[in-house]
Amino acid sequence: MLNTGSTSAEQGPPLWLLAELTYRCPLQCPYCSNPLEFANHKGELSTAQWVDVFTQARALGAAQLGFSGGEPLVREDLAELIGAARELGFYTNLITSGMGLTEAKIEAFREAGLDHIQISFQASDAEINNMLAGSRKAFEQKLAMARAVKAAGYPMVLNFVTHRHNIDQIDRIIELCVALEADFVELATCQYYGWAHLNRAGLLPTKAQLDHAEQVTNQWREKLAEQGNPCKLILVTPDYYEERPKGCMNGWGNIFLTITPDGTALPCHSARQLPVSFPSVTEHSLSHIWYDSFGFNRFRGYDWMSEPCRSCDEKEKDFGGCRCQAYLLTGDATQADPVCSKSPHHHKILQARAEAEQPQPGIEELTFRNERTSRIICKV
Amino acid sequence: MSPVVRDNTPVLRPGFRLQWEPVQNSHVLLYPEGMVKLNESAAEVLLLVDGKRPVADIINTLTDKFPNVPGLDEDVLAFIEVAHAQHWLHIR
Ligand code: SF4
Ligand code: SF4
Repeated sequence: MLNTGSTSAEQGPPLWLLAELTYRCPLQCPYCSNPLEFANHKGELSTAQWVDVFTQARALGAAQLGFSGGEPLVREDLAELIGAARELGFYTNLITSGMGLTEAKIEAFREAGLDHIQISFQASDAEINNMLAGSRKAFEQKLAMARAVKAAGYPMVLNFVTHRHNIDQIDRIIELCVALEADFVELATCQYYGWAHLNRAGLLPTKAQLDHAEQVTNQWREKLAEQGNPCKLILVTPDYYEERPKGCMNGWGNIFLTITPDGTALPCHSARQLPVSFPSVTEHSLSHIWYDSFGFNRFRGYDWMSEPCRSCDEKEKDFGGCRCQAYLLTGDATQADPVCSKSPHHHKILQARAEAEQPQPGIEELTFRNERTSRIICKV
Repeated sequence: MSPVVRDNTPVLRPGFRLQWEPVQNSHVLLYPEGMVKLNESAAEVLLLVDGKRPVADIINTLTDKFPNVPGLDEDVLAFIEVAHAQHWLHIR
């Protein structure tokens, strides 16, 4: 396929590999990034297939590897996979909800060479946390595991997904992370795809809530800097309050490569919802997938763009924004991301902002991610 | 943050790893969910950061290796200060 801007000859290698090992997560977060129809994707690559994927990706140039899911810990061969990846020279990151983590596993992963563990939390307050995760034991378990991760000498990233129900507690969230001696704290608002899009009205914070969160975060940054505390706070605000979209994933198929549990290769973890067919590692080599496949070349370069992006002088900065968001909100994946004020669909973003100012359903009314709901929503 | 001096001993922060990447044809610094591609001089310095060598030794080793580079000691100190400010390394 011909593509100005980045033909396969100029296309650089994938540098980041995200291995979504399984969708079998015991939690039910209403903003989960798993596809709505995850219950229909039961297949999982074998240990040997994963190791083959890692070997190919490493040969192409990937250096960072994230083990994620729906909860990578439910894979019983996780330590083996970590060991194989580390041996190949990957920097190995475990991205977990902490459910199912034990001190013995933490130790076994360290022996296998795991470089870093990220634990995700739902809120600093046990009650909201448990309600969002759909599990009462979840919060205590996460706290205990965060302490164990630090005690084992790992660098630790704590990830809090923020939304209108917990963002006002950001002061306590940061306080908790600092007390747990996190090295990095990601305070990331949900990205509104999949489950989060389904629940958007009940999740999107108001502008005032965001401004407050930004202010509190900056105060903490000053305080940490004064104390010489290396803890780094990363605040990711929802692009719904921007006038220009984010340059998603540094460009389509540019440095990120996601492999889903059944071996489907994606340029970003939510791309599965697009009306594009994506190749599988069970049928093609990673090199073919990355450089030559239709799916990965679909939105590379600029030729695929429609107006206003096509003739816009900012297209090299933001690549027209997120393809998944464009498709979700306009039904056409070649449109400008509606976050952009130049998009003819920008009013949909303005409408969502106005909606956020209105009272919205409480947490208990959100649609939780679980197999039953997944089957009801996505009948095959 | 106090300035870095010659008898300080830098050590990479736990979880940070320096590695040669043939495909990128450069050294990279890897850390939780992050990667920095290093230029040659930054890599030369970081390769000598082992938690044992003080800054003065790093400067001497590099001066022996690159005798014709003027102001090398200043550059090394400046780089270690930047790396320290970025929390890539600890100073002892
Ligand atoms: S977002 Fe929640 S439900 Fe989805 S995989 Fe992560 S922990 Fe599980
Ligand atoms: S019109 Fe398209 S390329 Fe231009 S700024 Fe908006 S999203 Fe980016």
